[in-house]
Amino acid sequence: MGAQKKRAAAAAAAARVSEDPDDLARQPLQAILLADSFTTKFRPITLERPKVLLPLVNVPMINYTLAWLEAAGVAEVFVFCCAHSKQVIDYLENSEWFSQPNFTVKTIESHNIISAGDALRLIYEQNVIHGDFVLISGDTVSNMSLTQALQEHKERKKKDNNAVMTMIIKKSKPSPITRQSRLGTDELFMAIDPNTKQLLYYEDKADHSKGTICLDKMLLAENPSISLHNDKQDCYIDICSPEVLSLFTDNFDYQHLRRHFVKGLLLDDIMGYKIFTHEIHSSYAARIDNYRSYDIVSKDIIQRWTYPYVPDVKFCGNRATKLERRGMYRALEIEQSRSAQVGSFTVIGYGTKIGSNSKISDSVIGEGCTIGSNVLIEGSYIWDNVIIEDGCELRHVIVCDGVIMKAGAVLKPGVVLSFKVVIGERFVVPAYSKVSLLQQPTVHDSDEELEYADNSSGTVEFSCTADQSNGEMTSESSEAHKPKLGTGGVGYIWSICEGGQEEEWRHSVAPIPEDKLTELSEAMDDDQELVTQDRTALSTSGELISDSNASEGDDNEDSKDDSVYFEKEVEATFLRAVEENVKVDHVILEVNSLRLSYNMTSADCAGAVFYSMMKLAIKTPHSSAIGLLTLYPSPFSMVASNAYPIYLSGELQQNTANIITTWQKLLKSYLLEIDEEIEIILKFEEMCLESAKEFSPLFARILHILYDKDILQEDAILRWADEKEGADESDKVFVRQSEKFIQWLREASEEED
Amino acid sequence: MSLSQLMLGPNVVLCNAASQTYPSCNTFTHALSFFNKIEGSQATARQTAELLRSVISQQRVPYTNQAGALIDAVKAIGEQLIAANPVELAVGNIVRRVLHIIREEDLSLTTAAIGGLNLSAVSDDENDDDRDGDSTLSAAAVAAAARSTLRPPSLQTLLEDTPVSAAVPQTSSSGAADKSSRSRKLKHDVIEAVNELIQDIVTCHEQIAEQAVEHIHQNEVILTLGSSRTVLEFLFAAKEKKRSFRVFVAEGAPRYQGHLLAKELVARGLQTTLITDSAVFAMISRVNMVIVGAHAVMANGGVIAPVGMNLVALAAQKHAVPFVVLAGSHKLCPLYPHNPEVLLNELRSPSELLDFGEFSDCMDFGSGSGSPLLHVVNPAFDYVPPKLVSLFITDAGGHNPSYMYRLIADYYSADDLVVQRRATAGN
Repeated sequence: MGAQKKRAAAAAAAARVSEDPDDLARQPLQAILLADSFTTKFRPITLERPKVLLPLVNVPMINYTLAWLEAAGVAEVFVFCCAHSKQVIDYLENSEWFSQPNFTVKTIESHNIISAGDALRLIYEQNVIHGDFVLISGDTVSNMSLTQALQEHKERKKKDNNAVMTMIIKKSKPSPITRQSRLGTDELFMAIDPNTKQLLYYEDKADHSKGTICLDKMLLAENPSISLHNDKQDCYIDICSPEVLSLFTDNFDYQHLRRHFVKGLLLDDIMGYKIFTHEIHSSYAARIDNYRSYDIVSKDIIQRWTYPYVPDVKFCGNRATKLERRGMYRALEIEQSRSAQVGSFTVIGYGTKIGSNSKISDSVIGEGCTIGSNVLIEGSYIWDNVIIEDGCELRHVIVCDGVIMKAGAVLKPGVVLSFKVVIGERFVVPAYSKVSLLQQPTVHDSDEELEYADNSSGTVEFSCTADQSNGEMTSESSEAHKPKLGTGGVGYIWSICEGGQEEEWRHSVAPIPEDKLTELSEAMDDDQELVTQDRTALSTSGELISDSNASEGDDNEDSKDDSVYFEKEVEATFLRAVEENVKVDHVILEVNSLRLSYNMTSADCAGAVFYSMMKLAIKTPHSSAIGLLTLYPSPFSMVASNAYPIYLSGELQQNTANIITTWQKLLKSYLLEIDEEIEIILKFEEMCLESAKEFSPLFARILHILYDKDILQEDAILRWADEKEGADESDKVFVRQSEKFIQWLREASEEED
Repeated sequence: MSLSQLMLGPNVVLCNAASQTYPSCNTFTHALSFFNKIEGSQATARQTAELLRSVISQQRVPYTNQAGALIDAVKAIGEQLIAANPVELAVGNIVRRVLHIIREEDLSLTTAAIGGLNLSAVSDDENDDDRDGDSTLSAAAVAAAARSTLRPPSLQTLLEDTPVSAAVPQTSSSGAADKSSRSRKLKHDVIEAVNELIQDIVTCHEQIAEQAVEHIHQNEVILTLGSSRTVLEFLFAAKEKKRSFRVFVAEGAPRYQGHLLAKELVARGLQTTLITDSAVFAMISRVNMVIVGAHAVMANGGVIAPVGMNLVALAAQKHAVPFVVLAGSHKLCPLYPHNPEVLLNELRSPSELLDFGEFSDCMDFGSGSGSPLLHVVNPAFDYVPPKLVSLFITDAGGHNPSYMYRLIADYYSADDLVVQRRATAGN
């Protein structure tokens, strides 16, 4: 089914709705378009122009959103303008959007709004939303049909008044290496009820260093089935009921739509509001969140995934452009030298001139640009009226309006040149640097908090200085504290904000460099090996550990849960005993009472005590290094990307030996029979595989220590080895490791015989 | 989802937009935005004609050179319409048809006026006598009559066609007394003729379907590709005349409209077999006739048709199976396929071919060289050269591909072939 056909169907449906007398009660569909992302990810460009007006394949982003809203049957759109609101309003007034029949665009302006939450509260006060509405930000590109999602939303709302929001999601696999989606956003985890499509869990800031995510145990208890996804992309298109606005008003601390509102609703079960998801398959939807998604979405548009919102179809008064072979889009009146090579998937804007022997590929060139000869442009986004002189090289960069690049200048991958910057002759701009006429704001936290900070006030100040700095100002002040941009260069190179270089490559326009990828994949391979071993060992233990990690103090129903809590309690008791030098006998008493209250066997106690001891052994040398807890939900190939702390094996072994010596009495008191001893070995094996991998290389040696201290008898070890005989290859890693020791034991026992 | 339902929304809007505003070039721009959202040549053609009718009816006509004013107005709007949806050639066709109508009406009025002034003037030209006699008839009627008799092109008529534009300024020199009445008459006549054109477009399916019995015989096997309303009506018409035959439907990937066609055929009680596009060659030996619809018919008799049609045509040629193309006269395009103004193809969204989610890792531009290794191309149309087409069936009857240029000469005047360029130069 073609997107166009769907859209036509949607239009037809909308027409039918308006004609149908039965459905006259139905409100015309409204939409709130946030023309501000309340982030600083597009700085320094957004200091001078609002994000929604930045050209995306030569069309301002907001046009894609508005064109889609119109086609999707939305009757009224409220454009909420905040930063640079005047520019947005001016643009809309001069565009055709204000004069469309059946489609009204109204602007709401406010200057002191610093978050999406505030914006929605303001809209609620204005009392303009009367029914279900679409909540979207002005940097979203989509061609989906809303009909089905809207209908589902309405039906759910009819049945359950608490179903306030339907979130549009789309399948998109994250990169296993970089742990981010193709749009450059962090890997997103969602738990969805496969039957009702209710969203149960949403985490976009999963802690990859630990490689864990925490699910509320109640979630598993209450829902018969949950599917946990990491391959879904949040399209940031929401169909909301009017309650959503009042919810924002009630919870005045909700700022961010996802981090606060969605997570808030999911956690807060008092009101019982529910969020549902609607997955789209064939149609496209993506939000431009950072420079990488700018690059990716541009390429998707050029590859026509967003059809009919492609350059050669007029959807919002864009210039006539023709699609030629190999995905070349050319507007009219282009002057191109015969020897210039324009490669595939390139868009060239109206009135651009290209000199001889220049090579352009995978790039978007705006209107009225002048490109000299022998210029190399690869994977770059050149906006309007840019002058690039002879011999320049641009690879994977964004160049804003009015930039002048003097002859021979080179832009390394990831560079962003803001408006009207001048790059001097043969100057090489280092990779990932951002150049602007405006100075970098000095108060720059670059942290989460700043994302909500308003930049409009700052902007005003800066734009004042901007005009002056064009002239001599810059050359003078530049001497003092900023690197110059070559002879005749104008502009400041922004210093990369803290944590910068490390993370910059993730969100840049440039593709991730090879060495970064290999570095990451090597780190991952190490983990992968362990994971593959891990898979065979049941994931139940993983769950247990994750639960203990979540530290939920709720009462428990399962015996599985019991053992977890028991283990925790024992560990806590043991640690307290170590800290406070409690006598061994007292510890035994305490553990015994725990054993009775949890109704555990002595084997469990032995396991738990042993577990606590080994934990202590790990913690002793580096108190900061906490044992790794990993959860591997079986259907997903989630891989811990972290390299765990490397111990000097001798040190760890020594620690272990010490602790075992000190506490052997405690352990021995539970080792009444050979079964308990085997239990300890099994427990140890399990720990080596999962929770305390540091021990894995030391397995045989520690086994030996345990034997030496008379904690384990040779019978137990031999029986363990025999039991493992029939197990899988991967299961026998540790048997192999201690093969020599076992061999020696066997021989010794034979000699005795 | 019937076409008429689909059309209702935009249709109403178009008329509103037209009636509310004085038809200067700019005010139609929002009406235009609907244009690329309409699907189907017939619907688009009808819309175009209706829009142009409202343009004509609201155009204030000056005392001198009324036809010129109308032509300019229609051209200005027409240029935008064509630009708004360059792929749908029917838009351009209708604009040219309307221009042709204006010219013909003007000519007939002029000749009538001249005839009225010089009643006694003796003309030795036989054709001129005809004109004088029929001066009450509208030129469109004359043209229609000429078309129905399908008279061969005489040098006379060919020569007569060209000086039309030259004749336009002459009208100003004719009698001033009946100017106002004449201007009203011209507009009236043109609107009448455009109404006829709209009627023709609406009824083109029926007119084509009327000829079905002559082409489909008892117990034949018909093959078609994808879905075309014209083909559907054609087959129904044959079925209604108690012909029993079987239909093979190739599904028409990637949009699979053949599935819908098969459904509708079965609903009417036709024996239908659904096959994949790639099975066409295997099945063609059992087929008596291939009947397909077209997106546009070019002046050389070549056909722009849904993708996959060339394969079917080649298979049909290999097995000497007649390849019949059904096309309403609004699909006749006076341009040649090598003309740079003709946008032969439209590349649609790759999502029709594959699921974005499944292939999202192939489309990760974030790593490697930054350009993906997987490209998905989804062209909407195919070009079938005239030598592969056995017969065209239009609402004016059946024609050989080599005869297409003649039909086109009947419908269009040579001056209007390049609507765009002329208008651009004017601006």
